[in-house]
Amino acid sequence: MTASLEPALNVAPPAVLTARTIFTAGLLALLALLPVYALATGETFAVALFTRVVILALGAVSLNLIMGYGGMVSFGHAAYLGIGGYAVGILAKEGIGSGFVQWPVAVAASALYALVVGALSLRTRGVYFIMITLAFAQMIYYVAIGLDRYGGDDGLTVYKRSDFGGLIDLNNKIVFYYLCFAILLAAIYLIARLVNSRFGLVLRGTRSNERRMRAIGFPTFRYKLVAFVIAGALCGLAGALLANHTSFISPAIMHWTRSGDLIVMVVLGGLGSLFGPVIGAVVFLLLQEGLSRVTEYPDLVLGPILLLVAIYVHGGIGGLLEGRRRG
Amino acid sequence: MCTAASAACWKGGAVASALLQTERLTRRFGGVVAADAIELAIAPKEVHAIIGPNGAGKTTLIGLLSGEIAAEDGSIRFDGAEISRLPVYRRSQLGLARSFQITSLFRDFSALDNVALAVQAHRGHSFRFWGDARREDALRGPALAALERVGMRDRAGTRVDKLSHGEQRQLEIAMALASGPQLLLLDEPMAGMGPDESARMVQLLRGLKGSVTILLIEHDMEAVFALADRLSVLVYGRIIASGDPETIRADPAVRQAYLGEKDSSAQGRQDG
Amino acid sequence: MLYFLEQCLNGIQLGMLLFLLAAGLTLVFGIMDLVNLAHGSLYMLGAYFAATFATLTGSFTLALILALVASLIAGMVLEVIAIRPLYGRDHLDQVLGTFGLILLFNELVRLIWGPEGRTLSLPPEMLTAVQILPGVHYPIYRLVIILATLAVAGLLYVLVMRTRLGMLVRAGASNREMVGALGVNIKLLYTLVFGLGAALAGFAGVMQAPILTVQIGMGENILILAFVVIIIGGIGSIRGAFVAAIIVGLLDTIGRSFLPDVLRLVLSNSAAQTLGPSLSSMSIYMLMAAILVFRPEGLFPAASR
Repeated sequence: MTASLEPALNVAPPAVLTARTIFTAGLLALLALLPVYALATGETFAVALFTRVVILALGAVSLNLIMGYGGMVSFGHAAYLGIGGYAVGILAKEGIGSGFVQWPVAVAASALYALVVGALSLRTRGVYFIMITLAFAQMIYYVAIGLDRYGGDDGLTVYKRSDFGGLIDLNNKIVFYYLCFAILLAAIYLIARLVNSRFGLVLRGTRSNERRMRAIGFPTFRYKLVAFVIAGALCGLAGALLANHTSFISPAIMHWTRSGDLIVMVVLGGLGSLFGPVIGAVVFLLLQEGLSRVTEYPDLVLGPILLLVAIYVHGGIGGLLEGRRRG
Repeated sequence: MCTAASAACWKGGAVASALLQTERLTRRFGGVVAADAIELAIAPKEVHAIIGPNGAGKTTLIGLLSGEIAAEDGSIRFDGAEISRLPVYRRSQLGLARSFQITSLFRDFSALDNVALAVQAHRGHSFRFWGDARREDALRGPALAALERVGMRDRAGTRVDKLSHGEQRQLEIAMALASGPQLLLLDEPMAGMGPDESARMVQLLRGLKGSVTILLIEHDMEAVFALADRLSVLVYGRIIASGDPETIRADPAVRQAYLGEKDSSAQGRQDG
Repeated sequence: MLYFLEQCLNGIQLGMLLFLLAAGLTLVFGIMDLVNLAHGSLYMLGAYFAATFATLTGSFTLALILALVASLIAGMVLEVIAIRPLYGRDHLDQVLGTFGLILLFNELVRLIWGPEGRTLSLPPEMLTAVQILPGVHYPIYRLVIILATLAVAGLLYVLVMRTRLGMLVRAGASNREMVGALGVNIKLLYTLVFGLGAALAGFAGVMQAPILTVQIGMGENILILAFVVIIIGGIGSIRGAFVAAIIVGLLDTIGRSFLPDVLRLVLSNSAAQTLGPSLSSMSIYMLMAAILVFRPEGLFPAASR
């Protein structure tokens, strides 16, 4: 009888040459070859810009796990960028410069905060959940402002990048870029496995119909919480990368508008797709960058664009590429 | 003829322990008593139907039994254990499966995925983050078997939102069956079905008789009388009569309750 | 003791402002099922309008009235142009869209009024302190804020509970199809409700302008507090918003004033200095967290829709 078990019903079809796949592949190639381009043309600024893009893409990827696959719209995700960043910054200031300590602490601290916030917030859903995650992010924003010893409102300079002994030199901008890119790809791969695992199916089922999930016997709260913690931890790693990249960390990175940016990136790229957040991050950040070069008032364009995307585009940019219409 | 579905009233006389038993189960909403000291005793392997006019409190009863609504007073015993404080998912894990009156499925998944999830909930924990769950024979096997049992094997790969209404109702049953439950709580399985589909559903349920205990909430009188071993009649939150179908049919109190819904068999089939 | 009383009054005053904002938000959410992040922007516009009108007319009262009208109009125009397409949509779409509006408004304000912010001056009589209790003096203007807001709250109550419009609003909250089927012009109703919300926000913006701030981004900070008020009070409940707003206002103000001193009793001076401000700002969120644990639906949950 096992022979008749169709092995992979309804799993995503193999990579068909859709417009979307081509676009994604092209984008990844572009990101992979960017430093080469930069070295060739001497535009080293591009490396700095795209390092930031890749790091925030990691943040967006982590948010997509809970938002796109889990249906939890967290408006406080930027908090983890801050926690991860401050972990690096504070440890550096206190004389602990080793990345082997800083980065795990960044991830652990973020996971812990996510655990607490999640345990409280996941008791609610819908718009309540959005507001509550927003409030908790604002709370930690104010805490950071109050930390006089670590710069408070002015922020904290991180004089030395995380030290990994002879293993890797983060001071080399190209090396650092590829490290961030590699981490991004690894994260996407992990999430790809996760969303098709037992855990992932429970998460996605909960997004689809939580009432039903409970009725068939799943304690959905636990699974949502674990997903929330994973997402927070991953974003904390992005925060650690960010602190290294900018050699600086301030409360501003945790302001709720930064959380809004992350949401925009996820939605722009198409919710619940593996590479969508990367597409969204690239488009959003390049748009922001481009607009600020062209005009002194970039948000005059960006604001309405977001509004129009919200009104007219179902499924984000990914949806655009697939010509998908919401049922 | 008994006025309460207590264990001592069974046709045949032998008193065995009920699989599901409620005592004085009560719930109010504002000023309305939606469940009024309900006493039920469901015998193992029987098909027990709950009937009653609209607004009688059937939804509340299902909610109380499944755990979505908290009881204010009274108790629910399932397989000997007191479950009235347990959350929904715990009751399901104990073997109490339900189907929904208004179809509630995972619309963006295939029929097989839906049923496999129901199997997964009862096969160990799901804190597994790596292996592809869609390749787990331990999940797919029983899921396909459940689909087979409701006659939907060939639709296993179809997305739910592409299934017909009748197929979705069948899928509801398959999901309830997939976990190998002790008690099936079926909330108007025939809802929104035309005569052919209803007949098929009755066949399906008849096929399940004897292998699993069924508590059936239904409007469709033909189906009820074709399937039920015993009936309980719910009116304004109270069980006013309980017993075998013939006795209930003849009971004057029951007839009076249905006055104004005389043609309930035809009406039941059109009820959504 | 006097200081404590004064801080209590300040807390009530803050609470009143929060109530105005929360009431508008909860009305719009309760009736139109719309999450409007740009509500804070309407608050900001009210303040800026008032600052400009005050400069133009030289009169605070006139500026207040004009700013109110301008906020009402701005709100209704915004509703027709940008908000209507968002009705009935996923809350996420609404969050995204209104987030875009925040960006737009902040930039517009920067374009029109410049980045520095404005001031709004009061007639000097308003700033004098008045004796309200033996030995207790409090600035007239702050009293005016409290009283004016109470008056508005009262008007709101009368409007929602006693007028035909209010009845439609309440009916629309529980069953909008029915109200539409009854022949009521739902579109107009929504525009009016949104305008009302905008006017409330604008009013709050104007009232606080002389004593707090008129600057870009001011809306977002207080918006989150308004969200906290709604969570604590219960979504959809104006009464809940009122009670919660007072609690939050008092907690925040008294926390900020006294917590550092209290901490100094138990901790070292420098620790109190470091922790004090952070903890005081955290106090409201702690309350919110507590509510979430013990009573997630809020203090006065409105009947579910």
